Amino acid sequence: MNQKHYESVIILTPVLSEQQMQDAVAGYRGLITENGGEIVHEENWGLTKLAYPIDKKGTGFYHLFEFKASPEFIAKWELIFRRDERILRYMTISLDKWGVEFNQKRRSGEIKASSTAKEKKAVLNALLDDDSIDTED
Amino acid sequence: MARETNFVFNQTPQVLQKKKYCRFKKHGIKHIDYKDKDFLLKFINEQGKILPRRITGTSLKFQRKISVAIKRARHLALLPYVADGLK
Repeated sequence: MNQKHYESVIILTPVLSEQQMQDAVAGYRGLITENGGEIVHEENWGLTKLAYPIDKKGTGFYHLFEFKASPEFIAKWELIFRRDERILRYMTISLDKWGVEFNQKRRSGEIKASSTAKEKKAVLNALLDDDSIDTED
Repeated sequence: MARETNFVFNQTPQVLQKKKYCRFKKHGIKHIDYKDKDFLLKFINEQGKILPRRITGTSLKFQRKISVAIKRARHLALLPYVADGLK
């Protein structure tokens, strides 16, 4: 079967209890596997502050799915998100080879939030170079 | 006399600016993560606007990727669309 690599982030309303949130996530997890997909990675960021209010809510439960699925599944997957009132926001993107590689390294802890061992150093350097950004016009 | 004015016109600026470079090309970064909001913060100004290439020195290829990453982060409320005093 022709499968692609995807990544979805969903924001659930903070109104839910921890258990309800876990249930909702479990439901979506089941949905991927039932439709012949394969979960590569999952991450729960917990209750996080939003940069701006969505539906008058200041916080939300973030959950990240990284999975392989057929392209037809995505329309179905997003339709369910749109119908679900527990979801404030969702986004699905397809990953290219660099994205897949990056996520693998991110998982293995080679990069902490930013990049690979080499790239981590690079990012540090980039941080040091920061003055080059702000000063000039 | 004429020679003197010419001389003034062709004068090179006294203070040479440090050459800007693309940090992604220099450090071999291939993928820009929209989830990493601290990293993206470096490419927006304090109002939350994306900084132009002429200021950051980023190459066109990576500027496009940054702008996509920032827009994705905004959609997920990781970064604000409008802000005041972000930094």
